[in-house]
Amino acid sequence: MSEHRGFPRGRMVHMAYSDRVIDHYNNPRNVGQLDKTSTEVGTGLVGAPECGDVMRLQIRVNPETQVIEEARFKTFGCGSAIASSSLATEWIKGRTVDDALGIKNTDIVKELSLPPVKIHCSVLAEDAIRAAIGDWKKKNGVGEAAETATATAQ
Amino acid sequence: MSNFTSSVEVPAGLHLPIYMDNHATTSVDPRVLEAMMPYFSVKFGNAASRNHSFGWEAEAAVEAAREQIARLIGATAKEIIFTSGATESNNLAIKGIAEMYRERGNHIITQVTEHKAVLDTCKRLEKYGYRVTYLPVKADGLIDLEDLKRAMDDKTILVSIMAANNEIGVLQPIAEIGKLCHEKNVLFHTDAVQAVGKVPVDVIADNIDVLSLSGHKIYGPKGVGALYVRRRNPRVQIAAQIDGGGHERGMRSGTLNVPGIVGLGKACEIAQQEMKSEAEYLTALRDGLKNKLESALDYVHVNGSMEHHLPGNLNMSFVYVEGESLLMGINDVAVSSGSACTSATLEPSYVLKALGLGDDVAHSSIRFGLGRFNTQLEVDYVAAKVIDVVKHLRQLSPLYEMVQDGIDLTKIQWAAH
Repeated sequence: MSEHRGFPRGRMVHMAYSDRVIDHYNNPRNVGQLDKTSTEVGTGLVGAPECGDVMRLQIRVNPETQVIEEARFKTFGCGSAIASSSLATEWIKGRTVDDALGIKNTDIVKELSLPPVKIHCSVLAEDAIRAAIGDWKKKNGVGEAAETATATAQ
Repeated sequence: MSNFTSSVEVPAGLHLPIYMDNHATTSVDPRVLEAMMPYFSVKFGNAASRNHSFGWEAEAAVEAAREQIARLIGATAKEIIFTSGATESNNLAIKGIAEMYRERGNHIITQVTEHKAVLDTCKRLEKYGYRVTYLPVKADGLIDLEDLKRAMDDKTILVSIMAANNEIGVLQPIAEIGKLCHEKNVLFHTDAVQAVGKVPVDVIADNIDVLSLSGHKIYGPKGVGALYVRRRNPRVQIAAQIDGGGHERGMRSGTLNVPGIVGLGKACEIAQQEMKSEAEYLTALRDGLKNKLESALDYVHVNGSMEHHLPGNLNMSFVYVEGESLLMGINDVAVSSGSACTSATLEPSYVLKALGLGDDVAHSSIRFGLGRFNTQLEVDYVAAKVIDVVKHLRQLSPLYEMVQDGIDLTKIQWAAH
């Protein structure tokens, strides 16, 4: 039975995802995995399956320059969560660790035009950046003092 | 690396978007609309006008519709009360019985996967001093009749258990429940919105005392429904919740929605004629969809008993993929998800949670609601699209990767947010 049954239908109007969210959903940047046992790699795993969002964000940091040379992510979550983490990897790549810590969830909200119900996705992405950098710092014995200083300076 | 543009081709003759959410609502059948049309224009009379032909014409149409509805469920026309829809029918049934039988008792029994129109009505009655037992369901979504037996006491006046669930399509054993209620002299109400017209429902054989149904779930119009109220063995009495002109034997005042009622009647007539062939058609489409998805994807989980199931329903969890992200990928297909992200409350489906599913599995669920107007071509496209998008999203899913690597996700210390 190939013919259409019932009344003809119009086009389906879509939930208000911004073009940027749709772009990141369709073409997620930096998907994948880095060797988490490497000392140059920091891994952040945030969220919980029960909450419907889990992000894993990884960075490979140049030990000389402290520049994040590679970033990778994988995310279980809605389109906005996928887009937030994809965008986060794009933004932190090429920045120093301290510089990357300056990224705020509100920047992500603005860039992706996230509605209020999706703000938690951007918060999770910020948490993922901090967790990955925190893991790298722990592995490399970078002091807490430095982190506090950075935080104050922001 | 994951540049994703769906490779599923749209075959010639397929119209997008595809509507596969027939538990939410259905398209009015063209035959129903045709029957309704004159009652908006030339036959616009008020069915309560007793002194001219406009009124008589409208009244005759209403009575014909009452017959059509009664015939579908094995009732008599006098036992059908028109309402604005199933939410009103459920409110009227439960509140009306609670009020009328208060002297006899104050205990009501229902179950946890009922529609909110039943659950919230019961919650309100609790505030007014009624006692409500919410029976649990088993992992397959069915209640345990032993639980029901145990819950009944000498103060029990009403049992309200749905015939078919709107999310998981599970059919409760209403005939057994009805029998038990009649043995114990307790009234039995069933919210049969999803079942009427889809599977056989007979108020006599099933010992149903009060039954709610709705127009727009059976290819009729929105804004019209009915309540069956038994008149013999026993004669059920219901206290009106809307006062006024005393329409509908005093049980529901308000000018009758004549075009809507005509549509509901016609929808019932068609459903009765076509139920058997339609059920076979939808079961074949549904099973085809299920088999395609199950053979192409790992970690899929069917929610609810498939043995006691509505023909057109398939509720499946695509584990390690979040439901809303899946909906986003299949944006030319209208289906529903039990994911929290699609609900106003950010809580995943209470029905799926009642089956004992973890929140993570509930977040991954999709409800396919096949209906009269769906085609094999549509099902094939939807299956291909879902498979494609689930595979894409699993490439992005840290959970899927961890499980592939043999990691037990329950052993991880998740930071809930």
